[in-house]
Amino acid sequence: MVKFSKDDSSVVVVIGSGAGGGVVGTDLALKGIKTVILEAGKRHETHDFINDEWDSFSQLAWTDQRMTSGSWRVAKDFPQLPAWIVKSVGGSTTHWAGASLRFQEHEFKTKSTYGNVQGANLLDWPITLKDLEPYYAKAEDRMGVTRTNGIKGLPGNNNFKVFEKGAKAIGYKDVHTGTMAINSEERDGRPGCQQVGFCFQGCKFGAKWSTLYAEIPKGEETGKLEVRPESYVLKIEHDKTGKVTGVVYADKDGKVQRQKARVVCLAGNSIESPRILLNSHSSMFPDGLGNSYGHVGRNYMRHMTGSVYGIFDKPVRMWRGTVMAGIIKDEAMHNSSRGFVGGYEMETLSLGLPFMAAFLNPGAWGRSFTTALDAYENMAGMWLVGEDMPQETNRVSLHSTAKDAHGLPVANVHFDDHPNDIAMRNHAYKQGSAIYDAVGAVRTFPTPPYPSTHNLGTNRMSEKPRDGVVNKWGRSHEIPNLFVSDGSVFTTGGCENPTLTIVALATRQAEYIADQMNKGNI
Amino acid sequence: MGEQQPPKLTRRDFIASSSIAVGAAAIVISGSALVSTKESWGLEVKHLSPEAMSTLIQMSRDIYPHDRLADRYYAIACKNFDKPDLKETIEEGIKILNKLSQTQFGTDYVNIGWEAERTSLLEKIQTTPMFQALRGSLVTGIYNQKEVWPLFGYQGASFEHGGYIDRGFDDIDWL
Repeated sequence: MVKFSKDDSSVVVVIGSGAGGGVVGTDLALKGIKTVILEAGKRHETHDFINDEWDSFSQLAWTDQRMTSGSWRVAKDFPQLPAWIVKSVGGSTTHWAGASLRFQEHEFKTKSTYGNVQGANLLDWPITLKDLEPYYAKAEDRMGVTRTNGIKGLPGNNNFKVFEKGAKAIGYKDVHTGTMAINSEERDGRPGCQQVGFCFQGCKFGAKWSTLYAEIPKGEETGKLEVRPESYVLKIEHDKTGKVTGVVYADKDGKVQRQKARVVCLAGNSIESPRILLNSHSSMFPDGLGNSYGHVGRNYMRHMTGSVYGIFDKPVRMWRGTVMAGIIKDEAMHNSSRGFVGGYEMETLSLGLPFMAAFLNPGAWGRSFTTALDAYENMAGMWLVGEDMPQETNRVSLHSTAKDAHGLPVANVHFDDHPNDIAMRNHAYKQGSAIYDAVGAVRTFPTPPYPSTHNLGTNRMSEKPRDGVVNKWGRSHEIPNLFVSDGSVFTTGGCENPTLTIVALATRQAEYIADQMNKGNI
Repeated sequence: MGEQQPPKLTRRDFIASSSIAVGAAAIVISGSALVSTKESWGLEVKHLSPEAMSTLIQMSRDIYPHDRLADRYYAIACKNFDKPDLKETIEEGIKILNKLSQTQFGTDYVNIGWEAERTSLLEKIQTTPMFQALRGSLVTGIYNQKEVWPLFGYQGASFEHGGYIDRGFDDIDWL
C-alpha cells in the first residue's frame, strides 16, 4: 500500500472515511490524485464484525465524550451519547441500514415551498434535484441500489409482511421492500443478502454497501490512496493568505503529527466536522475556520424520528433478516393539511433483545415495561423518519469545560424539537399504530427517538456567503481549498435517509475538485 | 450511621444461627453466601453484606419483573455491585429503603409479600443515585445475558448459521 510523506504538500487530505470522505477519497484516487484519508477509528474488516449488539457497539461506535443540552429527550436519556454513529474505517456506512432514497424536488427549496415557518431557519439549497439527478444515478449504480438499474428488490421478511399487510389495510399504496444498497443478488464482487439481521453491527457478508469494502479498496488499488486509521484530527492549519496548508492529528500512540495538504476535505460528520472547524480558530479566524458569518455548527438537524412497535398474539420474530427492507412512502410528500410541513417515511426496523431493553422506553421500569419485553418474540417494529426544521439555536458548539484526551473542548449538541417536528411525530405515531392495529396488534408502543443517526446541517450549503458555510460544491465560502464533504452541508434535511444524497454530493464534489486542480485553480 | 437498627441485629443473629428464607425471592443466607435451594445455586458475596445482596436481587426482580426468569439471572446481574467502592452507596440506599419499609409495612423490604407494595417503596426512591445506578446496570446486566435470550425467543448471532435465508426469515404463517 502506498504511503505518502507527511511533508508532501501536493496531497488532498480527507478527514473521515464514511459516505462522504470514503467516496471523495476513493474518487480522487481513481482520477489519479494523491489522497490521504485520516480516520479517527481503527480498521475493522467484515470478518471482525460482531453479531452482538453491545459488543459491536463497543467495537464500532463513537463513544468519545460528547455533551448534550436542550429539551430533546435524548439529552435526558443519553446525556453523553447524542449520536449513534461510528468511529471505524468506513464510518457510519458500516452501521447504516442501507436505505437509499432520492430527495424530492421540493425538498431542495423548502423556503419557497413551505413559506415562513415561525422559528425555522429554512433556506433553499443552491442546487436543485435536476443538478443532482445524474449523480443520484451514478450513486445508485455504484452502490447497487435495489429497484434501480434493473436490480430486483429484496425479499420481505416477517417484520415486513406484518408492516405491508397493515399498511395496505389502512389504504397505503406505495409499500415495498425499499430501494436498498444491499445486494439482492451477487453484484460488484459482493454476495447477495443472507438475511442475517445485524445490519447495524456491520454486514459480515459484505452484501450491504460500505465504503470500507466497496469503495476504499478500489481507491487503494490505484496506488494513489492512503488510508491512515487511528488518526484523530485536532485542527486544520492555514497560511497568511488564508488557505489551508495541512492537518494536525494525534496518531494511535497519541503522538501529534502534521500532514501537509494542497486541499482539505472535511468529512467527520455533522458533529465532529463543525467541532474541528471551531477548534481550528486562529488569530486570522478567531471564531473558527469558515465561520465569519457565525453559521458553523448551527442549524443542526437530526430528522424527526421515533419508532412504533406492535405486539401480536403470535410470533413475528422481527429480528430475522434485513433490518430495514420495508418502506411506506405515502406520507413522504408535503401536504400541510396534516398540520405540519414536510413529510416522513415509515421503514421497518428491528432491534435485538439487548437494544430493545435499552431503547424501548429508556428509564422505564416495572411491569408495564417488562410485559412488553415478555412479548419480544411477537413484536413487529417500524422507524419513522421525517424532515425536521432547521433552527439556528440547534447547534453543535464547543463545550465550556469538558475536554478530550488532547485537551480540546468536546462537542456539545443542543437540540429542541420544533413544534412542526412534534406535530409530525404525533401524526406518524398515530399512523404507525393504526398499521399494526389493522393486523390485530394487542398493544402498540410509540417509542422515543434513539440517539441521532442522521446528523445533518451544521455546515450548511448556501448560495450567499452570509447564509451558510459552504457553496454549492461544498467549498468553504471563505477558504478556497477547504471543502466539506459530509451530511453537514445539507441546507435542509429532506425526509429521506441521507446517505444516498451524501454519496451523490461527494461524487459531484470529487469531479469538481479534480477539475479545479487540473485548471490550476486550487 | 454505623449503628445497626435493633430489628436488623435481631434478624442477623437469627440468620447466623439457623438460616432462613428471606422474602419473596426464597433465597437463604448462609454465612457470607446466598443459596437458592430451589434453583440449586450459591453466590458468595465478598464486599456487600449477604442481606444487602439479597435485597438487591429482590429489587432487581421488582424493577424488571419477568416471571419466566429464575432468581439466578437476577443474582448474576447483581454481582456487579459486590465491589468495595459501591458498598457504602448500596448499603446506605438499602438502609433508607428498609427504613421506609419498616415505617409503612413494619418489616424489611425483602419480607413484604406483595410486589405492588414493594414497588410502591421503589417509586419513592427511584430518583436516588443508588436506584438509578442499579436500574441502569440491570439493562445490560439482565438483558445482555446470553442465557436469558432464548427465554424471550431471541436467537442472538446468526452469521455462523448462515443467516436466516434458509432458516425462516419469512416464515410467518398467521397473517
